[in-house]
Amino acid sequence: MSRIGVAFDQARAEGRAVLVGCMPAGFPTVEGSIAAMTAMVEAGVDVIEVEIPYSDPVMDGPVIQQASDIALAGGVRVADTLRIVDAVAATGAPVVTMTYWNPIEQYGVDAFARDLAAAGGTGLITPDLIPDEAQEWLAASDAYGLDRTFLVSPSSTDARLQMTVEHCRGFVYATAIMGVTGARTQASAAAPVLVSRVRAATDLPVGVGLGIGTGEQAGTAAGFADGVIVGSALIRRLLDAPSLSAGLTALRELSAELAAGVRAPTP
Amino acid sequence: MSVDTPAGPGLYPDAAGHFGRFGGRFVPEALVAALDELDGAWRTAMGEESFQTEFAALLRDYAGAPSLLYPARRLSAKIGAQVLLKREDLNHTGAHKVRNVLGQALLTKRMGKQRVIAETGAGQHGVATATAAALFDLECVVYMGEVDTQRQALNVARMRMLGATVVPVTAGSRTLKDAMNEAMRDWVANVDSTHYLIGTAAGPHPFPALVRDFVRGIGDEARQQCLDLVGALPDAVTACVGGGSNALGVFHAFVDDPSVRLYGFEAGGDGPATGRHAASITGGSSGVLHGTRTYVLQDADGQTVESHSISAGLDYPGVGPEHAWLHDTGRATYRPVTDADAMAAFELLCRTEGIIPAIESSHALAGTVAIAPELTAELGREPVVVVNLSGRGDKDVHTAGEYFGVLDKE
Repeated sequence: MSRIGVAFDQARAEGRAVLVGCMPAGFPTVEGSIAAMTAMVEAGVDVIEVEIPYSDPVMDGPVIQQASDIALAGGVRVADTLRIVDAVAATGAPVVTMTYWNPIEQYGVDAFARDLAAAGGTGLITPDLIPDEAQEWLAASDAYGLDRTFLVSPSSTDARLQMTVEHCRGFVYATAIMGVTGARTQASAAAPVLVSRVRAATDLPVGVGLGIGTGEQAGTAAGFADGVIVGSALIRRLLDAPSLSAGLTALRELSAELAAGVRAPTP
Repeated sequence: MSVDTPAGPGLYPDAAGHFGRFGGRFVPEALVAALDELDGAWRTAMGEESFQTEFAALLRDYAGAPSLLYPARRLSAKIGAQVLLKREDLNHTGAHKVRNVLGQALLTKRMGKQRVIAETGAGQHGVATATAAALFDLECVVYMGEVDTQRQALNVARMRMLGATVVPVTAGSRTLKDAMNEAMRDWVANVDSTHYLIGTAAGPHPFPALVRDFVRGIGDEARQQCLDLVGALPDAVTACVGGGSNALGVFHAFVDDPSVRLYGFEAGGDGPATGRHAASITGGSSGVLHGTRTYVLQDADGQTVESHSISAGLDYPGVGPEHAWLHDTGRATYRPVTDADAMAAFELLCRTEGIIPAIESSHALAGTVAIAPELTAELGREPVVVVNLSGRGDKDVHTAGEYFGVLDKE
């Protein structure tokens, strides 16, 4: 079982959900992002999702776009991302990467899988790679023992949902709403339905993402999902802060609030 | 015509939209259901005579098709080739794009959707989409890079007069590619009610083949018109290539005619060696952008590189996947044309024929000027060349006026 699987098992034994926190690599700088992810782990985030910045992130809302632009303007490279994975994995928390497909294709799919595994990464979340186009990634992830997280959506048909989860390893990413990343005030009615559809199709743990930004929302999601994925709300704390140290303080506060949330699942 | 025909040059992609190693779908799962729905609606429609009749009537009665094939005698004498201009510039809204938007608007109605969204660079596709939306009583939202809304204020006004909402996009480089990203984000959130009316033969399957189907009338008409006019097929067919819909539209009917050479002219900007260009095939490499695998302008990490062209309509860092495939198979030849050569051809057509072409189409003219002596040497006579004059130059008067210094100082 992968290290992600172990984290999900432990959380389940404790009667809570896993908290996954997302941060773009190189935002605000390479060292700054390592500090941010380390602070998140220290404040109770169970799994770190390192987003490799991409110039054209069509699944991402304004907050992650802005953070990605800052990282790219700072000159972050895919190779830096792997160094970040290595540094954050040293905290002991499982580290999963997330990115659009073109950076991986240009790095070389097999080379990326090899280097990600060597850096201690557990796997890859692919927002714009569906299993239908993933032959090369399926082979490379098998070769290096990496997890594959494809997305399922409220609009997925039963047949597609079944096919998609069969290609997943580690955990399944259920997108709570029809839309892009970014914190929202309203809870999604579609998310519990989607999660129960995934449960009917697989024994893999299910993480829910998109739109979750408060401890209360995390608690609600923890009531029906195995994992709660938060990105934009955490990134917003760094974006809005006057300095990195103030940002890290704000990031710790929200991480702790979310960690408390996943420990108080709303039935 | 069967859409299940196995892929061969100029035929159809495989069932998953692959043109050889290009094309396919690189999209969020949330969009797959909508793409499947569109694929089904398109395949059904293309097989129905009633749809074909309705589409043909719209093209004839509303858009002005078939467009003329005009023997440009003074231009021909000047460049040493018998040039036949396919006058898509005379279509309603001034370009070939009206064919695509009318076809997709019909499909939108068939799918029971009430809202269309579109991306636009210079504003031509936005204006065409707003036009079709008005005609079909559809809500219309057009995403346009903030930089482009400032450069093309008249087209923004046109879209608004037609009832569309224009949303300036402030993300990234604030140009066409960012407008496309924003349209995709809108579509992910509103896919139940909304059709994304993509403006070129790019994007995820089925868009490349679907758009090509709606504009292929250009080549079907030109092929027959050429046979009627000169009693033979042309020696070459030329077109400009940005995303590439006008070129595919005119190429398609000739792909299975081995004697007809196909030339696509990309925007070479300041010259491919300068790095400031929009020539994705001749100056880019294979990658994934906006939902499809094709040639892309990118750095070593796969980050999209900004394109540059005097022609806003060609200023895009990717190209339709069918072009990538026609390039790899060798069936079509792609070459870059610099801004300077395109503008010289623009002036040449103005002065020899009294036709002000779009700067996009001027790339096809400039490329034709360049290949005329090569073809003459090869054939031992002057070649017959069909040039797709994809659009008119009204929208470019300001840019061209500045370029040639013919605007009075205010």
